[in-house]
Amino acid sequence: MPDKTSALPTDLETVRIRVLAEIEGAADVAALDDIRVAALGKKGEVSLMMRGLGKMSPDEKKIMGPALNGLKTSLNAAVETRKATLENAALDAALASETMDMSLPVGNPSGTLHPVSQVMEEMAAIFSDMGFSVAEGPDIEDDFHNFTALNFPPGHPARDMHDTFFLEDGEKVLRTHTSPVQIRTMINQKPPIRIIAPGRTYRSDSDQTHTPMFHQVEGLVIDKGIHMGHLKGVLMDFVSAFFETDVDVQFRPHHFPFTEPSAEMDVRYERDGAAIKIGQGEKWMEILGCGMVHPNVLRACGLDPDEYQGFAFGMGVDRLAMLKYGMPDLRDMFASDTRWLGHYGFNPLVQANLATGLS
Amino acid sequence: MKFTLSWLKRHLKTDATIEQVAEAMTLAGLEVEEIIDPAKALSAFTIAHVTSAEKHPDADKLQVCQVETVDGPKQIVCGAPNARAGIAVAYAPLGAFIPGLDFSLDKKPRKIRGVESSGMMCSGKELEMGDDHDGILELDPTDYPVGQAVSDAMGANDPVIDFEVTPNRPDWLGVNSIARDLAAVGLGELITPEITPVAGTFPCDQEIIIEDTDGCPAFVGRIIKGVKNGPSPQWLQDWLKSIGLRPISALVDITNFVTYDRARPLHFYDLNKIQGAMTVRRGQTENFDALDDNNYTATDADIVITDTSGILGLGGIVGGESTGVDENTTDILIEAAYFDPLTIRRSAKRLTVNSDAKYRFERGVDTGGLIEGAELATRLVLDICGGEASEIKIAGNIPAAPADVIFNTDLVKRLTGLELSDAEMETILTDLGFGVAKGDMWTITVPSFRRDAVAGADLVEEIARIHGFHNLEAVSLPPLPGRREPTATLTQNRTRLARRALALNGLNEAITWSFALKDHAEVFDGGQDTLGLDNPISNDLNWMRPSALIHLLLAGQRSANDGYPGAALFELGPIFRGTSPDEQSLSLAGIRRVEPVRNWAGAVEITALTAKADVITALNAMGANTDNLQTMDAIGSYWHPGRSASLRLGPKNALASFGELHPRVLKALGIEGRVVAFEISPDNLPAPRKKSASKAKPALALSELMPVHRDFAFIVAEDIRSGDILRAAKGADKQLISDVSLFDVYRGKGVEDGHKSLAIDVTLAPKAATLTDADIEAVSGKIIDKVMKAGGRLRG
Repeated sequence: MPDKTSALPTDLETVRIRVLAEIEGAADVAALDDIRVAALGKKGEVSLMMRGLGKMSPDEKKIMGPALNGLKTSLNAAVETRKATLENAALDAALASETMDMSLPVGNPSGTLHPVSQVMEEMAAIFSDMGFSVAEGPDIEDDFHNFTALNFPPGHPARDMHDTFFLEDGEKVLRTHTSPVQIRTMINQKPPIRIIAPGRTYRSDSDQTHTPMFHQVEGLVIDKGIHMGHLKGVLMDFVSAFFETDVDVQFRPHHFPFTEPSAEMDVRYERDGAAIKIGQGEKWMEILGCGMVHPNVLRACGLDPDEYQGFAFGMGVDRLAMLKYGMPDLRDMFASDTRWLGHYGFNPLVQANLATGLS
Repeated sequence: MKFTLSWLKRHLKTDATIEQVAEAMTLAGLEVEEIIDPAKALSAFTIAHVTSAEKHPDADKLQVCQVETVDGPKQIVCGAPNARAGIAVAYAPLGAFIPGLDFSLDKKPRKIRGVESSGMMCSGKELEMGDDHDGILELDPTDYPVGQAVSDAMGANDPVIDFEVTPNRPDWLGVNSIARDLAAVGLGELITPEITPVAGTFPCDQEIIIEDTDGCPAFVGRIIKGVKNGPSPQWLQDWLKSIGLRPISALVDITNFVTYDRARPLHFYDLNKIQGAMTVRRGQTENFDALDDNNYTATDADIVITDTSGILGLGGIVGGESTGVDENTTDILIEAAYFDPLTIRRSAKRLTVNSDAKYRFERGVDTGGLIEGAELATRLVLDICGGEASEIKIAGNIPAAPADVIFNTDLVKRLTGLELSDAEMETILTDLGFGVAKGDMWTITVPSFRRDAVAGADLVEEIARIHGFHNLEAVSLPPLPGRREPTATLTQNRTRLARRALALNGLNEAITWSFALKDHAEVFDGGQDTLGLDNPISNDLNWMRPSALIHLLLAGQRSANDGYPGAALFELGPIFRGTSPDEQSLSLAGIRRVEPVRNWAGAVEITALTAKADVITALNAMGANTDNLQTMDAIGSYWHPGRSASLRLGPKNALASFGELHPRVLKALGIEGRVVAFEISPDNLPAPRKKSASKAKPALALSELMPVHRDFAFIVAEDIRSGDILRAAKGADKQLISDVSLFDVYRGKGVEDGHKSLAIDVTLAPKAATLTDADIEAVSGKIIDKVMKAGGRLRG
């Protein structure tokens, strides 16, 4: 493309070179604007020259018209370029003083969630997948729900094994297990029933592995045709999901007044220094009790044992938390030491579920 | 319950090792707690013969012995005074673990005062086989050859099993019943010796009268005259010692033996010490000296055996001193009775007395074993102590045998999923002592020692237990038909979110005791009489808590004492106003200790409003509309009177209280410094109104018209809450006013004392048309009106 400016008449070329030099030399945006006004403003040098076009002959106009327009365009462009340069320089100068020490510490106030609530949520996630709802019941129970309806007749020696806390009114007890929630559920709800009932339980016992308050999760399934093979299946499915590894289990007979047949389940484990590895190994560790709901319990809740049957299980939440996450002493669970909570607690943004993993 | 392998073999013919016995027991429901195998601890030790012993050249009390051992001739330096040539000793090789000393010998010979010594000769104490202090164990070398295992030489080769007896199986308190179950699972053959009755040669002329026929339905008595009571034979002493019982005399040891061998407690009276007729009756607030060296007072809750002199013993629990057998006893009366389990249990509990007899009677002994037990005891007494037996006398009536069970065998498959043949089921039941008459429905005769079996489910358990639970097929639970509903409740979901929100605010979740100290419960408006614990674990945990704040405060103080200030804790848990279920509620409570925290940018000051921010965070997380809550006085006397409040949905429904805790309350708990706190009641938050089943949200209506802002400044008295002024302004025109926010609180020049100026920004959002000046004037007037009614006036 031919250089239009090179075709400018000499006097215009002189103006162009001078004004361009002035633009290049402008020290700031204000000075640049003065130069622009002087050349291109209403009464500027170039504008005045353009006004003179009217007095020119058509031939002169043909030459001078495009020449003046070309001059105006080229000066405007130079002004814009210079303006951008000057503005950038001014911003850079201003930014040079806007500094911060980015290594300064900032607050990071996040707390943690308690391992027992984490484990309860993990259990809820696993059992929810098998169709279990989460049921609840009161901590202060009456004799009927805690014992009698569960086939512990008054005076039964099995009551002694519970180290029961009694209230001063002489009638109520602190529930010794979460099993009374079974009773409340069966009385208030028609089968099919699938619930887990996590909660606080109380027994008058205190040492490294016993605290007067602890947590249990009760499970109950009542329907037609639910048998002990299902119980074994559910629990095997549960332990492998919970420990997030293949767990070898042993199912052996036991006795509970409220189930018949009754069983306990052991998991294989081995010690690795101070740590316990669940799943494989030479030794067995008992982790839960279970069985087919006793016909007397079904009857106490108004269900016909010839029509409905099912199973129940109960396990210690705190102990499962300790086995999975390595807390050495049960008592620390309830001491609320801030260092312990920080170390063994869980990130509040993580919610146990089967899609993203339990923990 | 403890028993030894050799004792088991009296009843079970088996080659099983102790480990196999334990495994079979475990799988049959007899939960083994411990296997104590003395031979294992002694496996390193063998018999050696000392061939010479010479005084150590450099030590007066040491001897240098040449010893013939299983490892060849050894030189052993020994400090025992009885170390000498010609005796057999217990030799510990290099590297052996010495149980009584709890350390292992060096693996290499060591020099003792310059003389090399290889191994050790042990004392009984070092082997945990006695507490001789006079020197090493010494035996006759002619009887004990070199290399014989010390465990064999000492008879310490009878392993012991300790297991848990569940309350449904009192018969397991006798070795014979353990053997029966093990035979049923195929571990061996049941060979319990038959009891051959001894024919009495004279009548039993001791009069026995049962007045308390409920407490003691039957009392079987027999006299044996002309006995000689001395130490019992070695086998009996060994068995009793190995299960932790102290041999006393032949007669006492025989009662203990029958107690453990057949779960049949007995009592032997010295016949010549009984005065007149014996009567079994209730106590009449009488006391007596028992054989356990205690003195008990028997009341009408206790069954007592008496003669004309008074109490001879607590029936089924403990005998009395006055008629106890001793080395001079020549004539005895054997008591084999049945006592009511519940009465025994209550009686023993009240008197805090324990005994092997009580342990069995309270669980229920075999009613079929009264005469058998007396016969077995008679046979043992005659064999060991001699004498002549009377005829057997039965006072009262021996309880009837348990009722038959009509058994539908389909129940086995229904309850367990197991498919077993009739023959398999019949074998299991008969092996366990049940009688089987087959038919459409089976008629099962229940043996007298199995009163736990009363219904079909009990027999299913027996069949499945002996077949083995490990043989049950595991089946995953079939899915429920139909659509899956969420399995968590509204409150569970809400608190799950609120807990996370609080943790993100910097609070750590804790779990603390549901019980507290009564004094602490009282300062938190609790401590009602009904909520006390009758038997607290400790005196500082004796009352059900009215607030979750108590232990959070105590924990925060403990952390501060340990050098970690600034604890911020919360808990979701129950609180109690009374003992009925509706007087228990769920509380989400938290504390922040106000401690000066040093920080480069200056600490974020913790005030009562920090607790408010926590409350708002939690309520928002739970889905509450916190914009419209009323600020009212906090609920509870434990809050700071001027720096606390509650947030309510209407005057009667408080969602939360928060603020600073009352200094007097903190002092009562021993808390130093100031603490802000909150208590949220998640259950008070109403469920969201469901307009339709659809999850779709209503259409978003965006106005084209620009919102208009107007600022006002109102002067109000200090005691008027800014929240009330904002609510008043917002309520002036609910259609037009979309938001009201406070942007300044001013006190000082231009505002009289005791007052403050609140500057608020009102946002007007026109819906239909641009607002005219007149519209704005009108709404401004309404705002000023409303605020004046709330106690404010426009600042001039």
